[in-house]
Amino acid sequence: MKETVIKTNKLTKRFGDFVAVDEISFEVHRGEIFGFLGANGAGKTTAMRMLCGLSIPTSGEANVAGFDVFRETEEIKKNIGYMSQKFSLYEDLTVLENIEFYAGIYGLTDKEIKDKSDELISKLGLRNEAKKLVGSLPLGWKQKLSFSVAIVHQPKIVFLDEPTGGVDPSMRRQFWDLIYDAADKGITIFVTTHYLDEAEYCNRVSIMVDGRIDALDTPAGLRKQFGVGTMDEVFYKLARQAKRSAD
Amino acid sequence: MNAITLSNITKTYNRKTVLAVDDVSFEVGKGEIFGLIGPDGAGKSTLFRLLTTLLIADKGTATVAGHDVVKDFKEIRGLVGYMPGRFSLYQDLTVEENLNFFATVFNTTIKENYELIKDIYVQLEPFKNRRAGKLSGGMKQKLALCCALVHKPEVLFLDEPTTGVDVVSRKEFWEMLHRLKLLGITILVSTSYMDEATRCDRIGLILGGRLLSINTPEDTIKAYPEKLYAAKSDGIYALLKDLRSFEGILSCYAFGEFLHVSLKCAEQEALSYIQSKGHTHVEFKQITPTVEDCFIRLLNQKNEGNGHKDE
Repeated sequence: MKETVIKTNKLTKRFGDFVAVDEISFEVHRGEIFGFLGANGAGKTTAMRMLCGLSIPTSGEANVAGFDVFRETEEIKKNIGYMSQKFSLYEDLTVLENIEFYAGIYGLTDKEIKDKSDELISKLGLRNEAKKLVGSLPLGWKQKLSFSVAIVHQPKIVFLDEPTGGVDPSMRRQFWDLIYDAADKGITIFVTTHYLDEAEYCNRVSIMVDGRIDALDTPAGLRKQFGVGTMDEVFYKLARQAKRSAD
Repeated sequence: MNAITLSNITKTYNRKTVLAVDDVSFEVGKGEIFGLIGPDGAGKSTLFRLLTTLLIADKGTATVAGHDVVKDFKEIRGLVGYMPGRFSLYQDLTVEENLNFFATVFNTTIKENYELIKDIYVQLEPFKNRRAGKLSGGMKQKLALCCALVHKPEVLFLDEPTTGVDVVSRKEFWEMLHRLKLLGITILVSTSYMDEATRCDRIGLILGGRLLSINTPEDTIKAYPEKLYAAKSDGIYALLKDLRSFEGILSCYAFGEFLHVSLKCAEQEALSYIQSKGHTHVEFKQITPTVEDCFIRLLNQKNEGNGHKDE
């Protein structure tokens, strides 16, 4: 029996009259790479913020890492990692200081912080850059570091909101190597992207349209279901039906 | 006449300690869509700023619409439209206010060149009273394009206009660029989406401030020197790991549902190796490379070249 780490039932968020997220129900299993796709404005970021305990839902139910999104948001935050669309490292701190800072926030001991910093800097090949300001690093390096920092406390789940936006094709693949590696170690990956080749790297993919989840399956299953050869075409077919303008 | 010319342009930052653009020369013909493809930090944005007269080169000369970028900077500013990489409209002004503002700055009105922006503006019109900061990614980018077009420029500079934009909006955006091209507008555009590169007339691959190749997308692909294969099995990640540790491999990386593989050894040898590792439902076939493959090859070469990696 697969362990479920995220479970939602008719999860909904309204802003006034506007239904940003409209009764979404799905499950994500432990160690899974789950792709959360949708057009701009479909409601992905809002849904993700509810699952991270950053926004209280209007109605419905959701459980993340064993905790309730209405009542146990602080517990959720301790048990997940979140890499936001907007870059979240401190540009005026060095690489090492950023790692130490986040590890400290997540309650690692001094010894653990030291070991973890060494491990990360060596794994990312940043030995020569460890004492440089993060602001001076190329975007691809920042994003790899940002991901590593988001899982520094070995969370059950990590949420990645467009982690590879604007990154070159080679660096994007290096980033996905890190994702695979984390998933191999049992961390569940919940990721959004606009690069549809990356959707193929996920175990399962959901596609949001106008706040709803209109499709959910393995990439191969979705291609078959829509009778097309690529995820691009699956996405076109669904997103073209959207009534809500991408506002 | 060429719409853009650069000859031996070099630009350094930080008291000449950082070389951003290194002896770059190329031309863009009138009405051409020219794509600059390169990783973050390659020097693309610096080139945009030099050509839009916001920076001055250390060495070399450049012209835009027949004017020198240093001497005639004032003329150039009236003749070009520029969409910088970062969203740089006024977030606290509404859609309509932003557009009016840019029209006024360029001494014109929305009405005067309405034909040019009509296709885009009709999509924005339902939100004309919304603040720009409250628009979604796709809409922001359409508004930014409108603002860059409102004075009917001869040359458009678009610095990563589609980053963070979904595939449907990206497709619409490129359809608009092709309509603008038909009107004779020259477009210099940078992108990190390789599928967009194939929609340019010519592309320049840029790395570390140097322009490595300029070609049509078709000829860029033809110049790929090795045979390229697509491989797949039931355990794609295991296959990736296995192939990477195989000595007959030149390169191997994920590409959608397949791995893309190039070899030092014979195809048969690679197949036997894959079989020996116990993979099931193996597919292995030769394919035509994409621009993305060409670019990855170039990046990998460079990374091996300077041995930047720690240990």
